[in-house]
Amino acid sequence: MLPLPFGWTHYLVGGVFIGVGVALLFVLTGLVGGMSTVYSTTWSFVVRRPFFQQPKLTGSRDWRLAYAAGLVLGALAWWLLFGDGARVAVTIPAWRLVVGGILVGYGARLSRGCTSGHGICGLGSLQLPSLVAVLTFMATAILTANVAARLLGS
Amino acid sequence: MTSTVPPTTGATTSPPAPARAIPKLAAALAGGALFGFGLALSTMIRPDVVLSFLRFKDMGLLFVLGAGAGVTLIGYRLAPRLMSRPLLGGTFGVHEAHMDRSTVIGAAIFGIGWGLCGVCPGPSIAGLGAGSFELGFAIAGMAVGALVHGVTTRPGG
Repeated sequence: MLPLPFGWTHYLVGGVFIGVGVALLFVLTGLVGGMSTVYSTTWSFVVRRPFFQQPKLTGSRDWRLAYAAGLVLGALAWWLLFGDGARVAVTIPAWRLVVGGILVGYGARLSRGCTSGHGICGLGSLQLPSLVAVLTFMATAILTANVAARLLGS
Repeated sequence: MTSTVPPTTGATTSPPAPARAIPKLAAALAGGALFGFGLALSTMIRPDVVLSFLRFKDMGLLFVLGAGAGVTLIGYRLAPRLMSRPLLGGTFGVHEAHMDRSTVIGAAIFGIGWGLCGVCPGPSIAGLGAGSFELGFAIAGMAVGALVHGVTTRPGG
């Protein structure tokens, strides 16, 4: 049996919402919406270096920012409808968020995808490279999380 | 609108009109909102839940990923069969993935970071909507990581 201390229904229903959001974007516009690219496209507003001024980045920076704004509004709607009144506090130490974030940002852009780009959109496109990417980052993440728990105690 | 329209000579293969700006942004906002609602409902905006998955204490993330990718698969497969073009115009895109060193090495680095902080790009942004302002640290880190990648990568890479 899978360990599921909080059940599985909210995980499944949440996943369906994520898929419907990605599919809706595709049906309406034909756009494939992973999330990590917004971190590069937003830099294109201010960084003049050639990499950031590629048409594929400057041409998608507007809708990717709207997509990101939608993420915040969607989570806010959940909080207003189903939250317990208190904000969702994050207890992971700041240094882990910063250092982990740097590796996540660099790695996702080098790999051209993250949990949503490779995991949702890539697997949803039956792309073999995305499956390889998902299996790779799952393996290193599982290793890192368990080593960190041993060394750091959480 | 000041965009230049290429002359259509043959008229048999004229490209479909691109989606107009405002409806396209509204579509992205709506799709993103459903995405963010799903991330919050499935508690994927909580790094401690993600880390407990990575330590095999709560396998719920598999349901999120499976359902998300499954519904996306249906949409990606059906839409181009049922419609000649997206509802707002433009063309149906294809997810770009390449089997190369960058994909694998990048994924390995991504995983190390994800295992350390429990935050990936979508939840880092969505969590703000539920008041998880500490995620600003992760957002700052990801922005730096993406900047370093862009500065050290040639266009096209």
